Amino acid sequence: MLTTVTWVLALIFFSPVLWMVLTSFKQESAAASSPPVFFFAPTLDQYRAVLSGGAGSYFANSAIATGVSTILVIALAVPASYAVSIRPVKKTSDVLFFFISTRMLPVVAVIMPIYVIAGQLKVLDNVWTLVVLYTSMNLPIAVWMMRSFFLEVPGEVLEAAQMDGAGLMKTLWRVLMPMVAPGLAATALICVIFAWNEFFFALILTAGKSATVPVFLVSQMTSEGLFLAQLSAASVLASLPVVLAGWVAQKQLVRGLSMGAVK
Amino acid sequence: MSSAEGWRRRLPLLPALIFTLIVTQIPFLFTLWYSLQNWNLLRPQGNKFVGLSNYVDIFSDSTFRGAALNSVIFTVGCVLFAMLLGIVFALLLDRSFPGRGIVRTLLITPFLIMPVASSLLWSISILNPSYGLLNWLIGLVGIPPVDWTSQHPIVSILMALVWQWTPFMMLLVLSGLQAQSKDVLEAAQVDGAGWWRTFVSVTLPQLRRYIELGVLLGAIYVVNTFDQIYLMTAGGPGTASANLPFYIYQRAFLGFDVGQAAAMGVVVVIATMVVATLALRLIFRSFDVKD
Repeated sequence: MLTTVTWVLALIFFSPVLWMVLTSFKQESAAASSPPVFFFAPTLDQYRAVLSGGAGSYFANSAIATGVSTILVIALAVPASYAVSIRPVKKTSDVLFFFISTRMLPVVAVIMPIYVIAGQLKVLDNVWTLVVLYTSMNLPIAVWMMRSFFLEVPGEVLEAAQMDGAGLMKTLWRVLMPMVAPGLAATALICVIFAWNEFFFALILTAGKSATVPVFLVSQMTSEGLFLAQLSAASVLASLPVVLAGWVAQKQLVRGLSMGAVK
Repeated sequence: MSSAEGWRRRLPLLPALIFTLIVTQIPFLFTLWYSLQNWNLLRPQGNKFVGLSNYVDIFSDSTFRGAALNSVIFTVGCVLFAMLLGIVFALLLDRSFPGRGIVRTLLITPFLIMPVASSLLWSISILNPSYGLLNWLIGLVGIPPVDWTSQHPIVSILMALVWQWTPFMMLLVLSGLQAQSKDVLEAAQVDGAGWWRTFVSVTLPQLRRYIELGVLLGAIYVVNTFDQIYLMTAGGPGTASANLPFYIYQRAFLGFDVGQAAAMGVVVVIATMVVATLALRLIFRSFDVKD
């Protein structure tokens, strides 16, 4: 009984996604019909239309902005979280507080100067501007997450490494990294999700040349009227990378989303 | 600890710290400066220093107050409903039953869908007055069609937000449920406590940390909601469903009123800091910072 209720609730909750996927395989006439059409001959026309409509460069921009910013975040966050967890100094909690407070700073409060500065540096409509901003957006979360993973490494391991005369880089690279690898993966996944889905910066700071997938989706809606089935196909393609990654790494997601606060 | 040793320990922290300081704090200093200027990009005579008059204008601006109220409604409403639904889903999932993995996968998916895509999905596919799925559903029980996004813009946006954030709350609560010891639950049962009694006096206190954390982290993200409002209602009709991020965006990038937008940004930051200081105390208690 309870199992049936659970299944029914889950299917209702999931049905908007299902509807989006179904619509993406319809012809436009069937997509915008009332009452809705549930049985139809599926077609790949919409996916063909999206892919031949120049989606490639948007996906490439998103891949660069997401991939490079995630690598940068990890490169900056690993040493930083090592410093605040394994070898803390005075004022460590102030530093942690500072990092997380930047995440609470509303983006709208800094967007005007970022727009003006980017304009003067001539980096508007430049994908590397997004790389820098996405790095700063995800860095605080990554420091907090990685810190919680480092805190779990037993002290004896570090002492042993020191006895063997391993330096900072060697300890970090050879001893600690393999132990926190799952945590590192969770951190990277969260950074990927937030960077791939980010819309506000991309909307304001990019135009044709460096626009990302969310901007592409919006352009599908406004440029040439409303093509519901095609828009659904584009939405499916846009969401697919993150949905697949999230499905694979469900267990790590919790740890990541809670910034490592709970296991 | 010698000062050389201290610096050696701080060194790995510096790149991240300096990067964050430059990218987040310098723009904010500019925002503070802009907020003291009368600067509208549409006026050719440029900007001039006007002191605090932008701030005075904001507080007499009823649209700003409306947007602030909407920010509170969206944040509190979304976090509250998403948490309640999340607890229900988590309780249902915290048992073993056939297909549990699939059900969990279905339930977390809305969180993973790109917010721009889910905003379009809700406003066009589901809430559309002529061919939306929801109107067809309520039509089955005889309720006449509703033009959701223009008649009930706040409810429409809340539906999309709650749908998106419920999985986040569910995942957190679920990990809380799985962390509780089965012995205590059995003991409660042996003592003759019913399901509801056990839930209220044993499970809920144990979940408290997880619920607090979900509320705090959810609120940090939801208060910045922009995608859903931009795409579902464009803040409308009029400014009925604008929240602060959307209204500031409008003033800055459609009204080109840099000074006003900056002053609003500063007010939002101060308000956020007041709330966040309280919130962070809770987070720090949850995180148990070891120094």
